[in-house]
Amino acid sequence: MNDRRLETIISRLLRTGVLVAAATVFAGGVLYLIQSHSGRVDYRSFGPGSPALLSLSGIVRSAAQLQSQGLIQLGLVLLIATPVARVAVALAGFALERDRLYTVISLIVLLILAFSLVHAG
Amino acid sequence: MTAWDFTAMVWILSFLAGFLGALTGLGGGVVVVPALTLALGVNFRYAIGASLVSVIATSSGAAAAYVREGFSNIRIGMFLEIATTLGAILGAFLAGRIGTHTLAIIFGLVLIQAAYHSFKGLPEGDPIVESDSLARRLRLGGTYPAGGKLQEYGVRHVPAGFGLMFGAGALSGLLGIGSGAIKVIAMDRVMRIPFKVSTTTSNFMIGVTAAASAGIYLSRGFVDPRVAMPVMLGVLAGALLGAKVLVHARVRTLRAVFAFVILALAVEMIFNGITGRV
Repeated sequence: MNDRRLETIISRLLRTGVLVAAATVFAGGVLYLIQSHSGRVDYRSFGPGSPALLSLSGIVRSAAQLQSQGLIQLGLVLLIATPVARVAVALAGFALERDRLYTVISLIVLLILAFSLVHAG
Repeated sequence: MTAWDFTAMVWILSFLAGFLGALTGLGGGVVVVPALTLALGVNFRYAIGASLVSVIATSSGAAAAYVREGFSNIRIGMFLEIATTLGAILGAFLAGRIGTHTLAIIFGLVLIQAAYHSFKGLPEGDPIVESDSLARRLRLGGTYPAGGKLQEYGVRHVPAGFGLMFGAGALSGLLGIGSGAIKVIAMDRVMRIPFKVSTTTSNFMIGVTAAASAGIYLSRGFVDPRVAMPVMLGVLAGALLGAKVLVHARVRTLRAVFAFVILALAVEMIFNGITGRV
């Protein structure tokens, strides 16, 4: 493992993550528009929204039932997971390069991200 | 408004925001939030939730190219992400406590700063070759492709840059934007990192920074799928086209026009915040 190789892997990971996420959001969006294109919408006031779309388990369950909003939300979760996966891959790469300082730095960033995601859910 | 009309209009606005954001280097978030709140009356919290996820999409998409070309410095990025992610968590936490009027006013002030940079262009410092002792210990210096060969560069003033990055992260989490301009200033001006390395590394960091607040936004219901779907797809498509056009376009005039548009949005945002209409 060297820096060039790590950069190539990270580059591929980022592109794949964004493409898969965008495709999932698009599929959910098409489904949503087919089902409720003429329904009235109003986003003036903020409400907590459907509880099924606020947690990871709820989103996965809703997407598995092919509910349009659950699918869109799953795509957005995949999108959020992409940079997190990038940090994890960099962590593994630095560890393979035996770069102890940057392995620790990557681990700190990953722990901060994990804290924010766990704390949020 | 019907769901179809709303989705189509949001997609078009987001496409324009992504396109202009890529051309000017300011990112789509600073335009998409005022566009949604002022033009379509979308609640501020839904707007920043949708903007934040679109920021992750564009930054990751662009970073994929820059990292491969060897401009982004993944060590500088990773080290400074400690500061931006901590700031982002604080910002996202505050976004749930501060009233939308106050958030709109803060957003307006950030827009004024963005308008200034769109008009003047981001300041470009002179890079240096020697790192100072802390940067040397952190091995932050590196090389980047310039004129067909690899140019070496050094890094200085790490604590000041780190502190500014915390602030950039906090603004990102508070307002659902990438705050790329502040990240570039922290790296280019304060840490003396070459401009091209600063802009691409900033882009590389934006996704991770936004991911740190995205989970909090999601669990609080800021990310409504019906709003976020057209925003994310529109901004991403606009940014991809913007990046293609950027190579050929005469950006100078466009930047000046864009600066006045942002300034107008800033004034309206602050006015609506003060009068309690947002």
